[in-house]
Amino acid sequence: MSFATKRLGKELSKINNNSLPPGIELVSADDFEEWYLDIKVLDNNPLYQNQVYRLKFKFSAQYPIEPPEVVFVKLANRPIPIHPHIYSNGIICLDLLGQAGWSPVQNVESICMSLQSMLTGNNKNERPAGDEEFVRGNRLRPKDIDFYYHDNNV
Amino acid sequence: MDTDDEFMSNPSSEEEDMMPDDSDNDMSGDDDFDFDDEPDPEDIDIQQDFGSKKKAVYDIDYKVYRPQDIQEQQDDLIREVNMILNISKEEAAILLRHFRWNKERLIEEIMDKRSQTLETAGLSENHTQVPRLQVIPCFACDICCEDEEGLESFALKCGHRYCVNCYRQYLTQKICEDGEAARIQCPSDDCNLIIDARSLDLLVTQDLTDRYRRLLNRTYVEDRDSLKWCPAPDCENVVECDIKKKDLNRIVPTVSCLCSERFCFGCPNEDHQPAPCDLVKKWLKKCADDSETANWISANTKECPKCNSTIEKNGGCNHMTCRKCKHEFCWMCMGLWSEHGTSWYNCNRFEEKSGTDARDAQAKSRVSLERYLHYYNRYANHEQSARLDKEMFLKTEKKMVSLQKESGMSWIEVQYLSSASQALQTCRRTLMWTYAFAFYLARNNLTEIFEDNQKDLEMAVESLSEMFEKPVQDLADAKVDIMDKTSYCNKRRVILLNDTAQNLAEGKWTFNVEFTNPTPLGAVGSSSRR
Repeated sequence: MSFATKRLGKELSKINNNSLPPGIELVSADDFEEWYLDIKVLDNNPLYQNQVYRLKFKFSAQYPIEPPEVVFVKLANRPIPIHPHIYSNGIICLDLLGQAGWSPVQNVESICMSLQSMLTGNNKNERPAGDEEFVRGNRLRPKDIDFYYHDNNV
Repeated sequence: MDTDDEFMSNPSSEEEDMMPDDSDNDMSGDDDFDFDDEPDPEDIDIQQDFGSKKKAVYDIDYKVYRPQDIQEQQDDLIREVNMILNISKEEAAILLRHFRWNKERLIEEIMDKRSQTLETAGLSENHTQVPRLQVIPCFACDICCEDEEGLESFALKCGHRYCVNCYRQYLTQKICEDGEAARIQCPSDDCNLIIDARSLDLLVTQDLTDRYRRLLNRTYVEDRDSLKWCPAPDCENVVECDIKKKDLNRIVPTVSCLCSERFCFGCPNEDHQPAPCDLVKKWLKKCADDSETANWISANTKECPKCNSTIEKNGGCNHMTCRKCKHEFCWMCMGLWSEHGTSWYNCNRFEEKSGTDARDAQAKSRVSLERYLHYYNRYANHEQSARLDKEMFLKTEKKMVSLQKESGMSWIEVQYLSSASQALQTCRRTLMWTYAFAFYLARNNLTEIFEDNQKDLEMAVESLSEMFEKPVQDLADAKVDIMDKTSYCNKRRVILLNDTAQNLAEGKWTFNVEFTNPTPLGAVGSSSRR
């Protein structure tokens, strides 16, 4: 059993036992490679009211030494949240998801909570600069993109 | 660096072999090269050199270190900080790396604000105990969520404890995949304590610690501006040179490694004397952009006589209409099309004024292109010849063996071939860069002297190159000639380099591109006229 499988198994049974914090729900975890979760904000931030967002987690065999790949996915009833660090194709620019900001102590739950608070704390109704161009031109996987984490306040 | 003195003897002995001169002729070569016989003091000040006749103007001071010397240098500094500050050697190493090995600043800051400095460097003041592997009852690892009895775990002084297996995985990832070593932090979120070498030894296998140490050595050399790796493949030596960036416009800092690789300390390129780094950069960029394109343009296109747009004729008649300015002209004579009337196919307009004018203008715009190609072709030719000479050198060794057999000469007696080959390569390299240099020179008397020197060296090199290619049986008879020519080539090279370096240092060259000449030095005296 690989390193990642063992850890993800433990995470999953913990989720199944004592459930996730409010606003976070497990949608599917059929294998130890790809999981889907739904998140929503808990306050009344007008930008995200009455909306649920779908997250896709992809785990490598080195997880949790390596960070998972986390993106928002778009469905009929699941839009991509508007945020200056979230591109309209669902790619998230967040330092804790990059090699440098990641710590193996993080887990699926803590990532979801970080994203939740990232949305809660935002009041800018905008996409990142150069969103259109990035979405059109990007062929890289999120982990290979060299994000420049310029702003830690949003 | 108390190890300096003993190293000085090494580069100097090698240097003499390397140095093109004095192997066979003692005339005046010694004046130029005996500088390395005396142990150099620490101060490396180029300004002083102008007064001294001890060495060639273009020589700079530098030292070559072997990998073990680099290790010792670090160990010495670490030991020193370890004793002064009363912290462990591993912690001293982390501190030194944080301060980019600036010991004075480190001690100052520690004395000033100890705990704050330790914290930003990734150390803890916590003196509790030296980190070790432990089995703690009821321990659960936060990374793998394992909680078996008897699970071995480890924590740095911060107390963030993880099982040995996870720690090992984490370190392997950092060292092997990310190539990190100097700043690997505790795996915990938001803890910036740095893993020290001793803890690492406890956790990982030998091959990983080896790689870890190599990475650390790499950061040591990269952190210090006065150190540079020898770029030769498989060479692990390091060169130390104190050349300042601002001095690069008056000196070309060529250094030579113990492995005989010659390279520039001021830029990432090979030895490019006599051309200064800035011009080399311009030249290489120009060549990368231009050379092939320029050749093609020269062969296949003409410029519109009116707006100078470059035009390729890809078939059709001689009636050209410039797409850019709509000017109509004849491809053959470049004259106005309107003057051609109906007899265009003869193109008998050669004497027409508009045609000659247009061709004059065209010629002018071609001159700059041809000028570039003139220098580029010679530059490229010497580059190629230098490469061929290098191949030749490998054959030379065979020649030397067969010569020994045929003529009954001893190994020592055939060394002149090796020196000749070395001289050829070095001189060709110099010649190559003289053309890049000359491309940027404005026309004046100094340039003419330079070109004379260049010509003399080139002629000498060509004739040596010819001698060198003789069949083996003739080589023995030509020994004296080859030795003489070798020594002559080397002398011509020294003369050329000395002259160029002197003028460069004194800011006397006039360039046709932007180049900040150094302010003339006071010590130069009456000769510094501009």
